[in-house]
Amino acid sequence: MTQAVTRQRAAAHDDCLVIRDLTVAYGSKVVLKGVQADISRGQVIGVIGPNGGGKSTLLKAILGLAPVVSGSVTLFGRPASQMKSRIAFVPQREAVDWDFPVTVRDVVLMGRYPRSRWRRLASGEDLRVAQEMLERVGMADLRDRQIGQLSGGQQQRVFIARALAQEADVLLLDEPMTGIDSATQEVVLDVIEQQRRDGKIVIIATHDLVSASCACDCLCCVNERMVSYGPVDETYTPENLAQTYGGPVIMLERTGQPQPAHTHHTGDHAHHHHTHENLGAEHD
Amino acid sequence: MPFADYLTDPLQYEFMRRALVAVVLMGAVTGIVGSYIVLRGLSFIGDAMAHAIFPGVVVAFLLGQSIFVGALVFGAITAASIALIATNTRVKEDSAIGVMFAGSFALGVVLISSSRDYSRDLTHFLFGNVLGVTVSDLYIAAGVGAVVVALVVVFYRELLIVSFDRAAAQAMGLPVLLLDLMLLIAISMTIVVSLRAVGNILVVAMLITPAAAARLLTDRLGMMMLISAAIGVLSGVAGLYISFHNGVAAGGAIVLVATVIFGAAWLLAPEHGFVTARLLRRRLAAQAEPEARIVFESPEIQSPGGH
Repeated sequence: MTQAVTRQRAAAHDDCLVIRDLTVAYGSKVVLKGVQADISRGQVIGVIGPNGGGKSTLLKAILGLAPVVSGSVTLFGRPASQMKSRIAFVPQREAVDWDFPVTVRDVVLMGRYPRSRWRRLASGEDLRVAQEMLERVGMADLRDRQIGQLSGGQQQRVFIARALAQEADVLLLDEPMTGIDSATQEVVLDVIEQQRRDGKIVIIATHDLVSASCACDCLCCVNERMVSYGPVDETYTPENLAQTYGGPVIMLERTGQPQPAHTHHTGDHAHHHHTHENLGAEHD
Repeated sequence: MPFADYLTDPLQYEFMRRALVAVVLMGAVTGIVGSYIVLRGLSFIGDAMAHAIFPGVVVAFLLGQSIFVGALVFGAITAASIALIATNTRVKEDSAIGVMFAGSFALGVVLISSSRDYSRDLTHFLFGNVLGVTVSDLYIAAGVGAVVVALVVVFYRELLIVSFDRAAAQAMGLPVLLLDLMLLIAISMTIVVSLRAVGNILVVAMLITPAAAARLLTDRLGMMMLISAAIGVLSGVAGLYISFHNGVAAGGAIVLVATVIFGAAWLLAPEHGFVTARLLRRRLAAQAEPEARIVFESPEIQSPGGH
């Protein structure tokens, strides 16, 4: 009886990214604990919380790059750290040497690496996928440019194209909305929507509460521990955000209705792109 | 003297023919590996390793063994220790390397001071003795050089990703530490190959200068390696000829030629060169001026809000 239930649960989890009781510590300092989440295909998850609250750490733990001291992350029933080729990651842009002599196309082709580790030269398929993803983010015209010659928003789009070129099942985005123009913001939101339609899992660590609440199905609120996890309707509440950020948070309406008090809305209901950032109070 | 004689005269000597082969090998290998040193900001580590393998060279020399083997052993030890030290966050990496290479170099100096021909031997080690290259030295240099170039070519994709974006490389499951170690070992092998030609002190110039010049001339990694190798070979050959005809030290002459090439690239590189960039800006400014005047004279600008 219980065995059958366990089996059934396991079967359901075979289609999910499952995080169980995850605790991450650097040395003796616990930076994130108690994370629980079941994320199924086609779901978009926003990870929100203050700086140093563990947003990036959670993404790293999913990639198997953070020191997990207890708990587990499994993807489709197997440890996520063994499934690296099926998880694509868009790191924060500061981490990269932009003067490096590579072209936009070279960067996107890097995304094909996990699919063809032993191949030494790009195949026709690699080139085709790279071109397709460049077109999807609107960067095909600039494919022969050196990467440092692009604007911040364009660089972000190239990074997203690289992640898409991996054709992974899970897309992790670390602060994709930071420091980009509105055209790029729209591309990012489009890509997220497309991934949702294609039945992929998308996890976004972000400061941008408005984008998170609009683009995501569920929010995972972290502040050194998981404060809450659940559908946006239940988690995007003043009480919950106050608990996450350790103080009251100014909330903007997420319905896209113009709010007289503080609006920069353009009336675009499909993508509520906002220029507001860090709406959550910062408590470091 | 006619130019043809200038070129052919030295070739009648066996030691010059061997020296030419040695500098061509060195120039090509240092140019290719040097590209990664320049791009990853490893100049200091390259310099440190050149010094740190010194005791290996001395021990091999005193024991009458091949200096390549001695240097390789110490090079591997050094590369491994640097990678190991880098994993401890308490000691700043550059100070740890500084301590280690200075100590290692001192050990080499102490060891060689026991040799009878102390000052001549020391000079050869520090500044190279390309005219004393033996045939077996050349074979070893060719073998080691081939291994290094093969590593860099075969692992081109991996080295590219790790060098450009470490976080993504880790996320993709690349063995980042192993690749770092491999690069450091390739660097130390390259240093060993170059010791005879330019010596311990100047080898770092051959690792950095041609690659730094090549970076000014291209925006493609593969092209950068080729140009860098070409500059390395050219410097080696030209320096050797200057040394032969003018009776100056070969190692110094080779490095000076490379430095002059770098200077020329810095001044005249397309787009990024010091002089070229200025000329380009002046030309653009000259083109932009008439348009700017039209804008200022246009009535809409002068009377905003007018009907």
